[in-house]
Amino acid sequence: MDKLNIVEGRAYPFGMKNVDTDIVIPAHWLKTISRAGLGKGAFEVLRKEPGNVFDDPEYAGSPILIAGDNFGCGSSREHAAWALADLGIKVVIAPSFSDIFSGNAFKNGILTVVLPQEAIDRLMEVAKTDPIHVDLEHQTVTTQFQDRFQFEIDPFRKHCLLGGLDEIGLTLGQADTISQFEAKDAGARPWLVPAVA
Amino acid sequence: MVNPRTLYEKIWDAHVVERRPDGTCLIYIDRHLVHEVTSPQAFEGLRMAGRPVRRPDLTLAVPDHNLPTTPRRDAQGNRIPIADPESAQQLAALERNAPEFGVRLIGDADREQGIVHVVGPEQGFTLPGTTLVCGDSHTSSHGALGALAFGIGTSEVEHVLATQTLLLKQSKTMEVVVEGELGFGVTPKDVALAICGRIGTAGGTGYVMEYRGSVFRDMSIEGRLTVANMSIEAGARSGLFAPDEKTFAYLKDRPMAPKGADWDAAVAYWKTLATDEGAQFDKTVVIDAADIVPNVTWGTSPEDVVPVTGVVPDPESFADASKRAAAQKSLDYMGLTAGQRMEDVTVEHIFIGSCTNSRIEDLRAAAALLKGRHIAERIKQALVVPGSGLVKQQAEAEGLDRVFTEAGFEWREPGCSACLGMNPDKVPAGERCASTSNRNFMGRQGPGSRTHLVSPEMAAAAAITGHLTDVRELLKEKQGEVVA
Repeated sequence: MDKLNIVEGRAYPFGMKNVDTDIVIPAHWLKTISRAGLGKGAFEVLRKEPGNVFDDPEYAGSPILIAGDNFGCGSSREHAAWALADLGIKVVIAPSFSDIFSGNAFKNGILTVVLPQEAIDRLMEVAKTDPIHVDLEHQTVTTQFQDRFQFEIDPFRKHCLLGGLDEIGLTLGQADTISQFEAKDAGARPWLVPAVA
Repeated sequence: MVNPRTLYEKIWDAHVVERRPDGTCLIYIDRHLVHEVTSPQAFEGLRMAGRPVRRPDLTLAVPDHNLPTTPRRDAQGNRIPIADPESAQQLAALERNAPEFGVRLIGDADREQGIVHVVGPEQGFTLPGTTLVCGDSHTSSHGALGALAFGIGTSEVEHVLATQTLLLKQSKTMEVVVEGELGFGVTPKDVALAICGRIGTAGGTGYVMEYRGSVFRDMSIEGRLTVANMSIEAGARSGLFAPDEKTFAYLKDRPMAPKGADWDAAVAYWKTLATDEGAQFDKTVVIDAADIVPNVTWGTSPEDVVPVTGVVPDPESFADASKRAAAQKSLDYMGLTAGQRMEDVTVEHIFIGSCTNSRIEDLRAAAALLKGRHIAERIKQALVVPGSGLVKQQAEAEGLDRVFTEAGFEWREPGCSACLGMNPDKVPAGERCASTSNRNFMGRQGPGSRTHLVSPEMAAAAAITGHLTDVRELLKEKQGEVVA
């Protein structure tokens, strides 16, 4: 996973509420057996609308997406995160995210930033003309107009994103602890194993 | 004496492998269901890193999303090729990956095949008090049996395959209490839709729900599966029911459920799981059963719920500006106008199926209404898709297949079907479907498709009349026929 700390650039002033992962990437794109190339299908339905932000040359290649409440609700498809990553998006800023989506985004090196609606409204304005600066280390979103918004992030997620760490590798480092749990649990709840004979 | 705990807290505590200073826990996963759509990249990741599946004996693979619901084998038993090369490729990947990593696969033409969330409970793979995950958001379904079950993304699928654990933060708890008795013609699906309508699709975000109160205690396991299934539509990754005598009766003698002395020990343990008297929930939502009526959705979010006897809401009636804009966008997409009576909305397609409503009780309820009747002339396609091969077999033994086909329905092979546009079962652009599935998102049933979420009974009613219909009227007629 690539390390992530400072992201600066233009942002898609998207802002739509309750964007479900079917909108981020429709189901017919889920037939791939690879993680790459899904940017082509990102927001496919919305991109049929003339004047949509994703096809506006003004925002082409923006590393930041500004979204509305409850972004990424619905299906658990990680393809939504892969599609955003493939578009080149590294940070999504919204008033709230679905739990599953923000987990998926994080595991693909995408930072999800939660800010209050007033901050989102302001950033939507700025994004139309100017870049936005995200600093993970200091947990801030700033603009060249003195705007400065502080955000919260889970310390473990921050640590992994900053270091580009592979979570599976980290957990496998605790294989002994997992084995001890399994041995203890086999005594306490012997009926659980095996699940499939 | 330990502090009183909720069902969720008891399951959580029993699965903590390691607690970190920041509160993140490494949680052990007892059961992992794998399907063809969200697993190829996970197996690929393991292969690239040279990692095995840690516990193939706790893992079960079943294809469901991509499979056509037309016959899969010819008379000689040879596979009928899947027309879509990408669907065929995903199925082939699962068929290759499962044996390579030692995972048991229920094949596409096996009698036990079906939608993962129907197969898990049916096989007794799903058990109370377990942690169960699957790369599919409707994994919340398994909470009906008292399993802490939730959907995960593909990176987490890979993490569970490799380590049998997940790194998680404990969720907040929400009790959803429905007391009283459900009215005539009101089903578990209507309860689920009522909850989505009440709290909204983000209402449960960050929470694990527990369904409490007499309505849920009295509900069958099939009904509980429908309600738990739609927890995610209200934002909650998991929705739990306390295991009770109904749960035990449902699970006893299922192929993968414990047997003999193991069974007795398991039941004794399961009886300790219910939320303790005095345990605190972070949030409580109370709904009076008497207020729940047969519901339909009007828009493109499962929270867009109105009584079938109601009208399409006026976007101007919503308080905040972004909701008004969203409602107008939904109405434009759905081809509806504010004030239009829901019962005047005509439909061209009927879909009875999906992990929400494809179990035997759902099929029985729809068939009871359809018996001796025929679908309306304007219906272009009416599909009934059993949730598993075993549901199909049971339905056929009861003669339900004939009731459906005589009424003009197509009787199909088990799978996810028209719930999502991944297989040939789709609703064409601009056409309208009364559907027993769980999501009415834009394009969910195919590009441009328009979905109205309803119960199986309401889908059958719409099939008969050709428009959204208050099932209670038809049920009364039906009762009249019986009396006469």
